[in-house]
Amino acid sequence: MTKSYSGFRLLKEGIGGNKGWGQAWRTPEPEKIYDFIIVGGGGHGLATAYYLAKKHGQKKVAVIERGWLGGGNTGRNTTVVRSNYFYPESAALYDMSLKLYEQLSRELNFNIMLSQRGMVVLAHSDPEMELSARIVNAMQINGTDAELIDADRVKKLAPILNTRPDARFPIKGGVYQGRGGTARHDAVAWGYARAADALGVDIIQNCEVTNFLIEGGECKGVETSKGTIRASRVGVAVAGHSTVMGGYKLPIQTYTLQAFVSEPMKPVMDTVAFSPSYGTYFSQSDKGGLVIGGGLDRIPSYAQKGNMPAQEAVLSGLIEMAPALAKVKLLRHWGGAVDVTPDSSPVIGPVDVPGIYINCGWGTGGFKAIPAGGYLLAHLLATGKHHEVSAPFDPSRFRKGRLIDEAAASGIAH
Amino acid sequence: MSGYRIETAGRVNRAAPLTFTFDGVGYSGFEGDTLVSALLANGVDVLGRSFKYHRPRGAWGAWFDDPNAVFSVRLNGVEMPNMIGATTPLEDGMELRAVNAFPTAKSDIKGALDLFNRFLGAGFYYKTFMWPDWHLFEHPIRKMAGLGALDGKVIEDFESDQIHDRCDLLVVGGGVSGLTAARTAAEAGQNVVLVDDHAELGGTAFQRQLIDGVAAADWVGQQVAAITAAGGRMMANATAFGVFDHKLVGIVQNKGFGRAPDLTRMRAKRMVIASGVIDRPLTFGNNDRPGVMSLNGAAELVARYGVVAGKKIAILSSHSEVDHYASVLRDAGGDVEVIEARSTNIQALGKKRVNGLKLDGRRVACDTILTSAGLAPVLHLWRHAGGKLDWSETANAFLPAAGPDWISVTGSANGIFGVEAKLADVRAVVLGSDRQARTASYKATPVTPDPDSKLRQWVDFQHDVTVKDIALAKRENYVSVEHLKRYTTLGMANDQGKTSNVPALSLMAKLQNKPVPEVGTTTFRPPFVPVPLEIYRGAHRQQQFHPVKRLSLEAQHRAAGAALGEYGGWLRPAWYGDKEADTVKVEAKRARETAGFFDASPLGKIEVMGPDAEAFMNFIYYNNMATLKPGFIRYGFVLTERGAVFDDGVVARFDQNRYVISCSSSHVEGMSGLLEAWRQDGNDPDRVFVHDTTHHWSTVTVTGPKARDIVGAVVSGIDLSAEAFPHMQFRLGQMNGIEVRVARVSFTGDLSFEISIETGKVAELWQAVSDAAKAHGAGPMGMEALAILRAEKGYIVVGKDTDGETMPHDLGFGAPRLKKKAAFVGDRSLHTENANREDRKLLTGLAVSAGETPLPEGAHIVSRQNGKMKSHGFVTSSYDSPNTGAPIAMALVDATLVKDGAKVEIFHLGASRHATIASPVFYDQQGDRLNA
Amino acid sequence: MQRFPCPFCGLRDETEFFYAGDLGKVRPDTTQPVSDEEWSAYLNDYANVKGRAKEVWVHTACQEYLALERDTVTMDVLSVTQFRKGEI
Repeated sequence: MTKSYSGFRLLKEGIGGNKGWGQAWRTPEPEKIYDFIIVGGGGHGLATAYYLAKKHGQKKVAVIERGWLGGGNTGRNTTVVRSNYFYPESAALYDMSLKLYEQLSRELNFNIMLSQRGMVVLAHSDPEMELSARIVNAMQINGTDAELIDADRVKKLAPILNTRPDARFPIKGGVYQGRGGTARHDAVAWGYARAADALGVDIIQNCEVTNFLIEGGECKGVETSKGTIRASRVGVAVAGHSTVMGGYKLPIQTYTLQAFVSEPMKPVMDTVAFSPSYGTYFSQSDKGGLVIGGGLDRIPSYAQKGNMPAQEAVLSGLIEMAPALAKVKLLRHWGGAVDVTPDSSPVIGPVDVPGIYINCGWGTGGFKAIPAGGYLLAHLLATGKHHEVSAPFDPSRFRKGRLIDEAAASGIAH
Repeated sequence: MSGYRIETAGRVNRAAPLTFTFDGVGYSGFEGDTLVSALLANGVDVLGRSFKYHRPRGAWGAWFDDPNAVFSVRLNGVEMPNMIGATTPLEDGMELRAVNAFPTAKSDIKGALDLFNRFLGAGFYYKTFMWPDWHLFEHPIRKMAGLGALDGKVIEDFESDQIHDRCDLLVVGGGVSGLTAARTAAEAGQNVVLVDDHAELGGTAFQRQLIDGVAAADWVGQQVAAITAAGGRMMANATAFGVFDHKLVGIVQNKGFGRAPDLTRMRAKRMVIASGVIDRPLTFGNNDRPGVMSLNGAAELVARYGVVAGKKIAILSSHSEVDHYASVLRDAGGDVEVIEARSTNIQALGKKRVNGLKLDGRRVACDTILTSAGLAPVLHLWRHAGGKLDWSETANAFLPAAGPDWISVTGSANGIFGVEAKLADVRAVVLGSDRQARTASYKATPVTPDPDSKLRQWVDFQHDVTVKDIALAKRENYVSVEHLKRYTTLGMANDQGKTSNVPALSLMAKLQNKPVPEVGTTTFRPPFVPVPLEIYRGAHRQQQFHPVKRLSLEAQHRAAGAALGEYGGWLRPAWYGDKEADTVKVEAKRARETAGFFDASPLGKIEVMGPDAEAFMNFIYYNNMATLKPGFIRYGFVLTERGAVFDDGVVARFDQNRYVISCSSSHVEGMSGLLEAWRQDGNDPDRVFVHDTTHHWSTVTVTGPKARDIVGAVVSGIDLSAEAFPHMQFRLGQMNGIEVRVARVSFTGDLSFEISIETGKVAELWQAVSDAAKAHGAGPMGMEALAILRAEKGYIVVGKDTDGETMPHDLGFGAPRLKKKAAFVGDRSLHTENANREDRKLLTGLAVSAGETPLPEGAHIVSRQNGKMKSHGFVTSSYDSPNTGAPIAMALVDATLVKDGAKVEIFHLGASRHATIASPVFYDQQGDRLNA
Repeated sequence: MQRFPCPFCGLRDETEFFYAGDLGKVRPDTTQPVSDEEWSAYLNDYANVKGRAKEVWVHTACQEYLALERDTVTMDVLSVTQFRKGEI
């Protein structure tokens, strides 16, 4: 059993040569039967298990992970958290997530390094400023913090940005969310894992789920590389591989999303900045590296590595956005496989096979949704019913045509 | 002060001395030196500080694997942070500063942090700083982190070229194996390219006296000459940094300090990796002290730079190649003692420089400790390409196993040592004959460190990850190799784990009682070495990042005083004159009083023709296009398959089998793509053809009560009278004998004629219209005035007054949805639950009283219940209308609220006001002016 | 940078191509009643194959559509044919 973390404990253990720290989580062998199985030990899966145990008092919960926990997109993303969404459904979901994030370090007793340094979405023309106003108003109406800021304010927030009027896309202002920022991605997975484990959840790593156990048309567990494990309800949170196991159809296409990190430097960027026109966003990590992201690779892929066209698109956009960064050296870039839905909103709910509940389709933005994604899937698993926040994201919305398409809100017909 | 230069070795140019400074002190070096070799030649010991504890750091190696010597370098006003000292060539006048140290590397005030190391173990920050909030602690911690500082300046002409190239064989590495591979292939007639990251080819050849019986330098020269003679190409200062899909290899070639390197995208049929080995550091007490160096690196320093790392050298090694390295150092005159590293109780003595070694209690006098726990093949590119690794128990290293058949690894990177064995293997690889099994003569038997030792033993030099940290990670169950890396930050420094990975894995394997391969490796990711972001930039720079489209008439517009702005990707006149507000109103008023004319050339002109054109058009369009008669024009929508309005515009039917689509100027590519998709998917492409002629025709539109008179003065051959040429028809005529198409369509609500002419003649048309307009007091108008005029009539702009959810029945065009029999794109989506919602957002007008300010675009229509606001839509267009004398606005509003005359609350940035629901047609509701 | 073979233009860089969907998807005949489920499946469901996938791509340079067989893990291109009515 793990010990409580605190500055005092750190001093005490330090004096004792750090020999007293226990395991952050156990390495249990799977039981034959659980009440709930969560397939996928990423952020969403671990959070689901945690909330099942914590909020719903469930004792027999297992998380089954093919590799190492937090090893999928949880450990590959650019760590941005935000809730700057237009539609009330999205705002409710992502703001729930941000609110959970805001208390998460203390709740989990694990510093996830939530850094609410603010995020600005840049507007580069008068029409974009009008659209920004539309979004800021929607956010304020939805009860989310938002400001419409001008170019001077942008310059103060991020002097490294290209505020010259002769830039290809001159900066006019933008949508600013002060509560946006970053969190340490691995810490989120580890924090949930440690807290879930402490509540009795079995986290089984290096165990691949090969199939669902279907009896009488219902899911009764999973087949794994460590044998059959039974459960009355199975939650699936395997971003990038949501349709690989088969058995049900989902409106998902898998693409590669790349991310980039630069050499570590002294602070040059104290906020998160995103320019839709340049197709790039970046922030600076606590370690000093610029963390850079942008659009998807254009080729459906499970390869978890990217190619040069997307690299060129993202990094050339970055340099236009902040020309002084041209000489900064790139240390590493990588790719993850992400689920892309037709409306780029997640899918949460039961699938066609009774007993299976899915959390998927987060596209490029699953990290920021981890607490809510877990909370809502836990609610579904425990009660068999949607929480009001997840109801609009049920897979049935596609049949009804009730898509929640944030890109559609920005006037881009597609 | 221990390092020194000798005269008898090295490839530096002693005829070309260079001066430089480090932390403010002046030194000298030679052309051919790296920053590290020059500093060591000057006897400088402390080159930097570690990331976390600010421990003094000397050089570790002489190649890309050195994680310690990282400098901010300034030359000729250009400053670059975090230059890798071991691979950056020295240039005259360089000013070097240690990163992460103040005031100097030698005496860094933060060095005291090391005293608190026991409280700052792996992941300590995850266990504290939670109350009240991490953000409170973050700022000072961030300032302490990071290496060099970025000066924020843009370097002039810092532009990378991107070169696309191909070859039969790409050889990575210019050492003995690489040169032999390139020569063999080139002489066999292959198109060969060899890349090597040094300024001078040769790899570690210069460490040897003789190669193939020839003096090493001469041998290298012979190979280079032979490769050149056989047509092979060699790129020095060039690093293959990544392998991407479909056999693409990225190569970065440095061109000197402050200049952007070039990127070559090499498409190679085959690749030979001969990238050599680096030393696996030996893990022992205080093994991070300046003076503890890579054995291989020290030999390279002698061979390439004539620099001997120290005066009294202890070699601590645990592999069978040690004699070779020892001899290099002895030949350089070094006082060398070789010690086999068999103990877990070894400790370096000294603080800012090694001054001895303690081995099982025995003290060895030395000022330098050269270590190697084994030779680790450099296999990053192999892994990028999907090659597998095998763990060799004899070599205690990962060696290449199965992998892509277009890549071969040879030389020491393949675990082959000894010149003869290398040459034999290389020739077999290149010529395709059978390869001999790896020689078993090489053995490494490193001792895994004792995790319970009291000594502080470094695994990651830059990031200060020690054996204790790895033991702690194990204790806390961060045992997966990726957890280990991420929890301890092992391998996340500038060298990306090149030195630390294998020692850490071996230790974790021991801690878990597992074989090393079961612990696994972290993923190898590009770039192999840090590369400037600039190399990825290509042609996407400044105005070329996303070039605007330019009008043929741009010169005429500028001459007429136009303020140009970007509209739908085109650079178009916004208004003509200096002051926006006044000018726009004048233009908008004048167009209603007399006439205005504007450049409408970007409007789409996509021809759809063929025997199936009618059925095809009827399928593409929401509106019925089958019943459109030749000579007539119809307004219509194109939907997505989800039923959303994709484009609106007019369609002219020229004859039974030919239509011309005039889509929005920003949707031309999208419409062409959509038409082509449906043409080829589901239709017979031999019976319908799509051809975009937008750029062939340019258009000038004349609008207003005097439009007929103006057009009449310009165009001949058409009866322009209202009876002969009604609204929504087109005619063909001439201007000065040139064919023109004249369409009576209107985006202003006034009598309008669009005159299209072949683009090469549009200047004549513009001049003629301008001249004719002058006589009527009419003038040119820009896009802003046009925006007002169309809004006065409630005409929408797709993408502004609609969003991606808007369906045609939201815009008052519901008939085809209910009545059209034929299939059309998006038809079924107009009957989903969503399409039938009662609270769909309808296009409506919003009126406010004259004298009020216009409603802000982006403001929302809201209701309040229990103190909570709810949005019911938003303002999409809003203007101060000079022709109605009051502000006007269009909005998308919840249908349940759309009742003429109803008052609604408008919310904008915290403030509220009211407006009245109205028809979106604010001007000439009856349409008399349109049909005039 | 991947390269795809266009049946008309030969091997070209991936940037010249656009992915256009699964091969073999047929639009329901909307002149007849089509259920919500059927329409939704047509609009929203993808094969999303991990491994050997059959897809439609367009080569934007020549505007021709092509049927591409591709491995979505290794990125190998396995076959390409013209995409024409009746040939799928």
